[in-house]
Amino acid sequence: MPLVKFTRNLQRFFPGLKPLQVEGRTAAEVMTALERACPGLTAYFVDDQGALREHVNLFIGEELVSDRQRLTDPVEENQPIYIMQALSGG
Amino acid sequence: MRDHNPSILLGTHKGLLVLERQGREWKVVQESFLGVAVSYAARDARTGALWACLDTDHWGPKLHRSADGGLTWEEIPLPKYPAGAESADGVPASLSYIWLVAPGGSNQPGRVYLGTEPGGLFASDDGGTTFDLVTGLWDHPSRKPHWFGGGRSYPGIHSVLVDPRDDQHMLVGISVAGVFETRDGGLTWAPRNQGLIAEYLPNPFAEVGQDPHLLVASPANPDVLMQQNHCGIFRSEDGGAGWRDVSLPEGPARFGFPIVMDEKDPDTAWVFPAVSDEKRVAVDGALCVCRTRDGGKTWQAFRQGLPQQNCYDYALRHAADIRAEALVFGTTSGNLFLSEDCGETWQSLGSNFPLFYSVRFA
Repeated sequence: MPLVKFTRNLQRFFPGLKPLQVEGRTAAEVMTALERACPGLTAYFVDDQGALREHVNLFIGEELVSDRQRLTDPVEENQPIYIMQALSGG
Repeated sequence: MRDHNPSILLGTHKGLLVLERQGREWKVVQESFLGVAVSYAARDARTGALWACLDTDHWGPKLHRSADGGLTWEEIPLPKYPAGAESADGVPASLSYIWLVAPGGSNQPGRVYLGTEPGGLFASDDGGTTFDLVTGLWDHPSRKPHWFGGGRSYPGIHSVLVDPRDDQHMLVGISVAGVFETRDGGLTWAPRNQGLIAEYLPNPFAEVGQDPHLLVASPANPDVLMQQNHCGIFRSEDGGAGWRDVSLPEGPARFGFPIVMDEKDPDTAWVFPAVSDEKRVAVDGALCVCRTRDGGKTWQAFRQGLPQQNCYDYALRHAADIRAEALVFGTTSGNLFLSEDCGETWQSLGSNFPLFYSVRFA
C-alpha cells in the first residue's frame, strides 16, 4: 500500500497529522482512501470537481503527478506519495 | 470575547482579530487563524454565531463557525458546485473564494447564505452546517454570457440583502454582473441595474455587466439602496428599479468600495473615497470620509484624526461598519479608525495591523 506523506504546513489544520498508508492504484483512488481515513483532509488538496488545487503539488515517488484534473496517474504498490504546497517567495 | 463590552471583528490578511473596548482603550483580545487570510468575518445577531471565511494560499477557501464567541472554531465542510456545473463553457465550477456569510431573515433562524466565487449563492437551512446552491440564480440566462470577474478570475457575490419586511424578497450584488432581485425566496431572479453606468462596457448602460462594489439598504427603509461602482455613487429609492448618480463629479465622493447607511435615517450615508481606478490610493495622499445627510444631494468631507499626507490607504468593500453613532473602517495599509460622532472626527485604533478585508462590529 502506498505511504502518503504530507507537508508539515498541514499540521496547523490537522494537528498531529502523520504519514498514512492507504489503498489505491491511482492517485484518485489514494485520494478516496485518504478521505475515508481522515474526513475533510482531501478538500485541502482537491477542488469541488476532484482536480488538484492550483498551488498543491503531488509527487508519486519523485515524479510530479501529470493528470492534475482527474488524478489518473498509476501508483505502484510501495511507492511513496508526497503532498506538498507549491512554494512562494516574499 | 465577552458579550458585555463592545467589540469589533477584524478579517485581515494575517488572521481574525477581535478588538474589545476595555474602559477607554480598545485592545486585541483574541487572535484566530494567525497567518491565514480571513476574507470575511461577522457575527450573526440572530444566533450569536461567529463566522470566519478563510482564504488559504494553497489549500483553498475554508469556512469556520464558532458558538462560543470565538474561543473555539469548527470547520464546516464547504458546499461543492454540482457535478457538471461550469464557470464558463468547458470550465468546471469550483468554489474558489468566499466573499461573505450573510444571515437570512429574522423569521428564518436556520437560514444562512454564502456568497462565493465563481458566482454561486448558497443557502443553508440548518444554521450553516450544510448548504445548497441557489440554482435559480446560478441558472440565470445572463450568467455565462454577461457575468465576468472583476480583479479576480470569475464573478463573485459579495452582497446579500434580505428584506426585513419579507424574507422571500432579496437582493444580491455581484461583481461583475450587477444587482439581482428575487421575490420568491430565490426561485427566480431579475437584474435591477437601470440607471447604472459601466464605462468599461461596449454598452455602458447594459442591464447586466455592472459592478456594484457593495450593495447596502437602509435599515429604516429597505427600498432605499446605495452602491458605488467604477463610475460613481448611486442611489435607488424604489428598491433597485431605478438608480441615479449622486456622486461629486470632481470628488472626493466619487470612487470607493465600502458604503455605510445610517441605521435610522435613509438620507444619511458615508463613503470612504479613493482614487479611481487604476491607482487605488487615498485621494491626494490624504484620507477622508464623506457623509451625506440629504440622500446624496450634497457631501461633506471629514478629515480630523485621519492622515493628511503621504497616505496611500484605501478601504476594501467589507472593511467599514456602523453601530448607532459609531463608525469604524480599516485600510489596505493596516490602519484602523473609529469615529464616535457620526464620522466627523476619527481616532486611530492601530496602524500596524495587516490589510483589512472585513471590519464588523460584533
